[in-house]
Amino acid sequence: MGPIRDSFLFEFVYCHLSTDLSCDPIRIINFSFIGARLDWIAFGITAFFWIFAFVNAALIGVLVLIWGERRLIGKFQARLGPNRWGPLGLFTPFADAIKVMFKEDIEPTLSDKFIYVLAPILMVVPVFMIFPIIPYSARSFLTDISVGVVFVLAITSINSLSVLMAGWASGNRFAIIGGIRAVAMLLSYEIPMGIAAAGVVLVAGSLSLSEVVSNQTIPNALFQPLGFITFLIASTAELNRSPFDITEAESELVAGYMTDYSSMKFGLFYLGEFMATIASSAVIVVFYFSGWRGPGFLPPELWFVLKWIGVIAIFIWFRATFPRLRIDQIMALAWKGLFELSLLNILILAMMIAIWPDPTGLQLLLMTGINWIVFVLSIYIFGRLLSPDLSGNKMKKRKVVYGLD
Amino acid sequence: MTSELVTMNIGPIHPSTHGVFRMRVTFDGETIVDAEPVIGYLHRGSEKLAEERTYVQVVTLTDRMDYTASMTNNQAYILSVEKLSNITPSNRGVWLRMIAAELQRIAAHSVATGFLINDLGAWHTPLLYLLREREKILELFEMMCGARITNSYLRPGGVFMDAPDEFWPSLNRFLDEMPGRIDDIENLLTGNEIVLVRTQNVATVTKEQAINASITGPMLRASGVDWDLRHRNPYDFYSQVSFRRPMGTVGDNNDRYLVRINEIRESLKIIEQCIDMIEPGPVIPKEVPFLVRPPNGESYVPIEAPKGELGFYLVSDGGIAPFRCHVRAPSLINLTLLRDMVIGYKIADLFVTFGSIDVNMGEVDR
Repeated sequence: MGPIRDSFLFEFVYCHLSTDLSCDPIRIINFSFIGARLDWIAFGITAFFWIFAFVNAALIGVLVLIWGERRLIGKFQARLGPNRWGPLGLFTPFADAIKVMFKEDIEPTLSDKFIYVLAPILMVVPVFMIFPIIPYSARSFLTDISVGVVFVLAITSINSLSVLMAGWASGNRFAIIGGIRAVAMLLSYEIPMGIAAAGVVLVAGSLSLSEVVSNQTIPNALFQPLGFITFLIASTAELNRSPFDITEAESELVAGYMTDYSSMKFGLFYLGEFMATIASSAVIVVFYFSGWRGPGFLPPELWFVLKWIGVIAIFIWFRATFPRLRIDQIMALAWKGLFELSLLNILILAMMIAIWPDPTGLQLLLMTGINWIVFVLSIYIFGRLLSPDLSGNKMKKRKVVYGLD
Repeated sequence: MTSELVTMNIGPIHPSTHGVFRMRVTFDGETIVDAEPVIGYLHRGSEKLAEERTYVQVVTLTDRMDYTASMTNNQAYILSVEKLSNITPSNRGVWLRMIAAELQRIAAHSVATGFLINDLGAWHTPLLYLLREREKILELFEMMCGARITNSYLRPGGVFMDAPDEFWPSLNRFLDEMPGRIDDIENLLTGNEIVLVRTQNVATVTKEQAINASITGPMLRASGVDWDLRHRNPYDFYSQVSFRRPMGTVGDNNDRYLVRINEIRESLKIIEQCIDMIEPGPVIPKEVPFLVRPPNGESYVPIEAPKGELGFYLVSDGGIAPFRCHVRAPSLINLTLLRDMVIGYKIADLFVTFGSIDVNMGEVDR
């Protein structure tokens, strides 16, 4: 019995359709044409309602995020951001969405039509599949699959395929460079991301997302800072967000893999990216900020949403602050930095869990302390070792000299 | 496995070509093998048009060459006309145009630095901070002459009108605020690891290379050559003000950025000295005619424009219009080194290097 079957909606639908006597008190009108064994019809109807609600919530969420990102970046950049259409400019993304839908859809002659059309769809659809498995609280989630962590990692990596397909099918050189860059970068960052997530799984003792949350006595962001930083950086790269936005790289590749996309196909890419940001933030909240858990004066769902907004704000903050890294530096960061750091994290965690399989409160604090010491030391050492400069020189802040009179 | 070189046309319409510049670039994967600049998309025939206009009318053409630095363009042209027709400018006019030129240098360097960081991929944040400061300068220009970008403020003999009384408090407020703003920008960028990694030891220009390619301006000083025309060949009253000349040590993109940021600080000092020394009086001598008729001859007065040595070579045949007007545009000559600078670096470095040269297509093509 999954959460859909436990929901009020299912009970309501089921009781209106079935001949089951136990639901007489709920029934308002009696259709009663299916027996108890045909309850999958009721399940289907309920699931459809839920999916409808989730898809629309995700779409509205994207529009709100677009608005929020533009407003917040406006604040970062000492300007107002959108403020004309609707209160505080809230309707601006809706107007944008309508505009995008009605734009002329141009298909380049050199494009590979089938892949060209498929790519934007592949960008959006998988992201929808993350939302139903996120536990928004102990009672509100659609389904709690037992391999949730692996599922999330698998789904989020589909978008690199979409980017490559878009870049290839456009028949444009800017697009193909963007696509190739995407594959190189996204595949590299999958690995530290997966290993960092393994640290979460080690602590939780389960792959199920709801158990990851319920087994987090100390939020993982505090408990294993090394894993958190690795995962945060890797997911920024997975999301193609600044400072890792080399696949789009406006100042270099015009719009990268989506240079030749217009109208709603472009809109789908845009939608997919923002939705991926929302989904990844939710995953980070679940993995590292103990999901819905928080002091009891607020309902757990609200705690989840507040943390969610906080993580999204971190991504927006990154975007407003950092210049972009170069492709070779990005690869160096993944393979020379994050990969080792995430391995170190999982090594330390595994050793500590082997020593204290069932930690008491004091042991947990001790483990946190060790993790922080490892974090500070390793970040310091790796910061010293990494010299991503092209000619291998150490980079140092310089000063100008002045001409002598 | 075999791989092919890819040749791409970057521009003339591209987000980071700063106008309508085109490069035919050959890549081996991400690495640049060859880069061929193609210019001429913004050619308006300014030099020829100058032959059809009176000496004062040409001032408006100079505004539109380097449109981020029209005051210094005016200055270069006016100095040349004054030398050609032996006009002695009025004191107050010269001080005013020095203030205008230094303000313009700050504005131009702000634009250059902002767009350089934008080419690095910073999502407009430093650019907008710098454009906000530039906006204040444009407002000051608006007070001085009523125009913001295409000022046409200078005339043979000085400037065409005095700055109003409310200009001076505004200028002082700007001078008080600006050092703090530059500190902000430096805190954000100068030690920023990503900026350092992206700009240091990229597109290094050695001293010899820079001198051989006739590079001038901040780009030359970034390579460690102490050459500033305000110091070497003082025009106007630059010999009466003191300022330091920031120079780079390596000659890479990071040095070019640093030199510009520090030149902004020096320009602020120059303006302060100008304010101290300026005295009331006419801004243009009475005896200067509106229709200047220089005697037969030729003149060339190079000045230190924000982008480098800018000079107008004027030939007069005694008429009301120049017989020939040739512009020595720093953008064009600095751009000639682009190919040598970028080969061997990555795609991303191409745009950063192009941004660090700080060209303005209006001046390249004229």
